[in-house]
Amino acid sequence: MKVSLFVTCLVDQFFPDAGASTVRLLRRYGCDVSFPPGQTCCGQPAFNSGYVNAAREAAKNHYKNFADADYIVSPSGSCTGMVHHYYRELFADDPVMLEKVSAMVDKTYEFSQFMVNVLGVEDVGATFPHRVTYHPACHGMRLLGIQEEPMRLLRAIRDIELIELPKAEDCCGFGGTFSVKLSDISGAMVTEKSEHIEETRAEYLISTDMGCLMNINGNLRRRGSKVKIMHLAELLYHASADK
Amino acid sequence: MTHQQPKTLKKRADIALHDDFLRKAVRFTTDRLRGRKEESSGALGDWEEWRERGRQVRIHTVANLDYYLGEFTKNMETAGGHVHFAADADEARKIVAEIADSKNTKIFAKSKSMISEEVHLNHMLEEKGIKVVETDLGEWIVQLAHETPSHIIIPAIHKNKSQIQELFEDEGHEKLAPETKVLAGFARRRMRETFEKADIGMTGCNFAIAESGSVVMFSNEGNARMVSTLPKTQIIMMGMERVLPTWVDLELMANLLPRSATGQKLTVYMSAVNGPRRAGELDGPEEVHVVVLDNGRSKILGDPEFQDVLNCIRCGACLNVCPVYRQVGGHAYGSVYPGPIGAVLTPLIAEDKKAWGELAYASSLCGACYVACPVKIPLHDMLVHLRRRHVEAGYSPVSEKIAFAGFGAAAKSSGVFNSAANAARWVQLHMIGDRSDQTDGPHGLEAAGPVAGWSNHRALPSPQKESFHDLWKLLKDEPAETPGGTDGKRDTHGA
Repeated sequence: MKVSLFVTCLVDQFFPDAGASTVRLLRRYGCDVSFPPGQTCCGQPAFNSGYVNAAREAAKNHYKNFADADYIVSPSGSCTGMVHHYYRELFADDPVMLEKVSAMVDKTYEFSQFMVNVLGVEDVGATFPHRVTYHPACHGMRLLGIQEEPMRLLRAIRDIELIELPKAEDCCGFGGTFSVKLSDISGAMVTEKSEHIEETRAEYLISTDMGCLMNINGNLRRRGSKVKIMHLAELLYHASADK
Repeated sequence: MTHQQPKTLKKRADIALHDDFLRKAVRFTTDRLRGRKEESSGALGDWEEWRERGRQVRIHTVANLDYYLGEFTKNMETAGGHVHFAADADEARKIVAEIADSKNTKIFAKSKSMISEEVHLNHMLEEKGIKVVETDLGEWIVQLAHETPSHIIIPAIHKNKSQIQELFEDEGHEKLAPETKVLAGFARRRMRETFEKADIGMTGCNFAIAESGSVVMFSNEGNARMVSTLPKTQIIMMGMERVLPTWVDLELMANLLPRSATGQKLTVYMSAVNGPRRAGELDGPEEVHVVVLDNGRSKILGDPEFQDVLNCIRCGACLNVCPVYRQVGGHAYGSVYPGPIGAVLTPLIAEDKKAWGELAYASSLCGACYVACPVKIPLHDMLVHLRRRHVEAGYSPVSEKIAFAGFGAAAKSSGVFNSAANAARWVQLHMIGDRSDQTDGPHGLEAAGPVAGWSNHRALPSPQKESFHDLWKLLKDEPAETPGGTDGKRDTHGA
């Protein structure tokens, strides 16, 4: 099975290990993983800020890099959500491109969706004897409908102590440019998120999006919290490596 | 909070963020409503199917609004009611003023009506020397505090009990015990006097039923029924989109609205007005006037991106789940309608699109509003579309325009994009250093520039020596590992 990795700019620049863990896990289950080096950004920051033309340029480049892929997998529900939810809208006035882009959209999966629904993998053989809580990232949950997939992967980990996060479905306040434009409202949101994480007394916070994790981690560090953040792919890979 | 609000969203939010009473009160109430909603909507069976039905009925009604509004008007007039159409807020105020003058009005009793807030009715009536009394408990509290509602269903959501006690003691010049029962009793006594003396009773309208020309009001305190029964003249003010074709459709909405709003299976009072009192009837007003307000709504009709916002049934569920509203409450929005629905509706109906356009940015685009909406209005998509219109109209800041022009150009080519990103990473690594472990406030370069706001609440991410692009050079030839776990054996695809 040929898979093209859509790594996302945030993972590329700040969290390359989440990308590497995704690649290594997919390879274990027989995927022939390639990485189109010309990929840049899905265009979401521009699109969500109202700059449709800039977003379309990014989307065209994305299409150029992924048009020929059998499967496209990304360690981000937000970037995958952008592709699924808004790419067709970007090319609504160009029926030829629309058809091509639609075919690419249909082949695009978020990491946990791909693992569970396409590869049929829930138990990667991981062991993790720690207290863990999980934040469901908004775009994965609401734009892609990811509900059960990450939980199935987490529940299959041996010795893990999964604690439910209070108000888990409340946004962490990231929202891309929102966190800079209205940074104080965003700051109040992430502060409440951190409070709930601390209430769980978890050692690790897991999510499926580095945007949320970067935001939450930044606030946790400011609070002097000891909670560590990890992308779901990182947890699954590192807790099952050398097996 | 009322008359002199700061002009920008950021400044208004700043006031709210420093008001611990307000934030606690908003959290307390929205938490309770969210819990109840979950319970009561779950009890209905397949809630998603109910939502879809609600959506279909509203889409159909709004698509045929001219027909159903015509039918409603004809039937209401046949029953003896007067229907007035107001193009804007000014016309609506004038229509009400004329009716009030013709009745030589001294006391004007109102039940809760957001539409009367939209046209700023009270101010006009008070200037004429008319005593306006809000008879909904929450609205009355807000009126006594000289404020505006901060929630479309729970106007005084931002007030706690002791603040309410103070307001009532000032109003009644008497000491009151800090108990809900005592405070409600005081309000009830005062309301009774108003109901009996009022010359005009004014209500809003939850749904106008086209097939019979009826106006249906949902209330929990019974005040809407008093206001629409006791005074000799009744005025009903409604937005032009507040119509439903039939009573069967009302049954659907009577299930969706209270559950979404307050988690009640049914509203306590559901009152229907079918025109003025008829011969032989014991109660009801002698005259009924319905003011149907456009005020920018007809401009939304026919706009494919936004027409669905007219499907709104004003339940407030999107406010109760919104993480932004949760932190700052309603007044921070500065508009009559706050929360996600307000952030979409206000820029659409406002004259000053440049000023109100900024409300579309009061969202992290998390999509909770859409999931909560009983008629499935895609508010999160609309917020993005509003931002696009704001940009297209040229209202966005110059620095942002330049930044995204650069983004668009760079995103075309990985060479440009990645070298820019690499350069930024290099700067962070070598000039700012790793601040990921710091626990105190921002300092040095980190506090400067566009990320200053970010740094007030968060440490920047740790800089990385390598990007994934760099890492791939090693990773691409790495051999595959053997799968472990019970699902390992499912691997039959081959590499």
